This record gives sequence, structure tokens and C-alpha cells, in this order.
Amino acid sequence: MGKLTIQELEKLREKAREQLKLRTTGETRGKIIVHMGTCGISAGARDVLSALLEAIEKKGIKDIIVTTSGCAGMCSREPMATVELAGQPPVKYVDLDKDKIVRILEEHVIGGKIVKEYALGIGSERVG
Amino acid sequence: MEDLSLHILDIAENAIAAGAQNITISLEENEANNSLILQLRDDGKGMDEYTRRKSLDPFFTTKQEKKIGLGLPLLAQACREVEGSLEIDSEPGKGTTVTARMKLNHIDRKPLGDIGSTVMTLISGNPKINIKFRYKHNEQNFELDTRDIKSQFGEEALSLPEVLISIRDNINKATVNLPH
Repeated sequence: MGKLTIQELEKLREKAREQLKLRTTGETRGKIIVHMGTCGISAGARDVLSALLEAIEKKGIKDIIVTTSGCAGMCSREPMATVELAGQPPVKYVDLDKDKIVRILEEHVIGGKIVKEYALGIGSERVG
Repeated sequence: MEDLSLHILDIAENAIAAGAQNITISLEENEANNSLILQLRDDGKGMDEYTRRKSLDPFFTTKQEKKIGLGLPLLAQACREVEGSLEIDSEPGKGTTVTARMKLNHIDRKPLGDIGSTVMTLISGNPKINIKFRYKHNEQNFELDTRDIKSQFGEEALSLPEVLISIRDNINKATVNLPH
């Protein structure tokens, strides 16, 4: 054990350079915010975020920002995420799991069609 | 909370909400002393003495929209269950340090869990914040500091899923001694 090895850092550097080159040439499509309050964390929000990052990496999506926020005040509906696509009102999704967030990524973020059965509503983000 | 890594994520989210710019997460596992020490140090706004004492009361929170604050009380309970203790040092304007001590081999000690995903989640949501993760197993050390990654590749690198997943996997590989 020890700090990251030189080889591992080199690998990271190559990946980052490659991705940054792609990222700087296009505009951001939007943002996915996973709510990470105590309630969200207990209900599985971290797994939802991991599944989302893995799916984004696997699909090679370069123009989506993934971030986190605090409790949105509806603890019983966690895990929750908000999808904010450029030029569209935000959509809040509730009772999520790994499979649901990947479906939201595919159908809403990529396909442009809101996944109504998981959506709570359309409206502004409230930061807790 | 099912495991320690979820507690760590939760307490670190408190630090972020408190405006921390630097967060250090340390895990020290010592088999000879049968001890596991988990420490989170931040340079957020800190707490006054009244808030610090009340922070272990589940019916106390500094948030306006809620009436309960479960993060620290849940971690305190996890420590009590394994003959351990939880200490909170804090000073307004200087930051907070939370130290959880546990008996390493206690049958009720929660497993570490996916600590790599915890660090990945923190970085992904807060690429501007400097996060240091330290793991000490007996005499062996592992350390990851997002400042090193930022200085090598720029801050944007910490928003890339590929980089975040690499960080997660590196941490999980390094902490393999502690049962996940």
C-alpha cells in the first residue's frame, strides 16, 4: 500500500486529458442531481449515484454533469434525483434505485422523454 | 445506516453543508490494540458549545425545514454498540473534528462497506473541496488527496466518471484489509 503509483497516476492523466478534450469541444446537455442527505444516504442514494456514473462511463456520455445536494424535505420518498436539462424545467424523481436511475438516464436524459412513473413533479430545486 | 462508509458519507456531507473547503477522512485500524479509529476533520464554520452538545440529540437540528438530525446520533449509537466512543471537537470559525473509536473485532462492529464509493460520491458532488483520505492498517499507510489529482490534471478531472471510478477502485483495493 502507499500513495497512488506513478503508473496509476499516468493512467488517470491519460484518461482525464482524453475526456477533457472531448468535453471542451461540446456544450453541456444538463445536470443530474442526486440528493445526499442522511435520509437519502440511508435509503440508497450512494448506490444510485454509483450506478449513474458507471452507466455514463459505459455509454461514453461526455456532456452530462452529475452532482449531489442535501435533503429536499421529502425523506420518505428517497432516494431522489433531479434532472435539469438545458432549456427545460427540472424534473424530480423519487423512490429510486440503481435500475431506475439508469432508465431515467436512457429515456429522459438521452431520449428526451420524461419517465412519468418515477417522476414526482416538475419544478425548481430546493436545496436543504 | 448499514455500514461505516455510509456514516462517513453522512458526516462528511455535514462538513460540506458547514462550508468546509478541506476535509480529511482517516481510518486507523490496529490489530494489536484491537482498535478502529475513524476521524473526520473539516475547516467548516464549526459549532458553538451549545450546538456541539446538542448535536448528539436526534431531536435537534440546525436545519430550518426539519425537526430531527440523525447523522451524529446514529454514529454515536454505532460506537456505543461496540464498546466505543464518539468525540466531537469544534470551535466556531475553525471547524469540527469527529472521532469515532470502536473495538475492531467486536461482533457487532459494522463492516466498513464501500468506502471507495463514499469518497467518489463526495468528490463527484463537490469537486472544488479538497478531500484527503487516509487509511492506516497496522504500520501500512494509504493516502489519497484530491489536491494531488487537481494539480496534475486540473479541477475538471474530478468531474469525469472515469476518474471518479478509478479513485473508488483504488481506495477499495487499498482498504481490503478491513472487512467490507
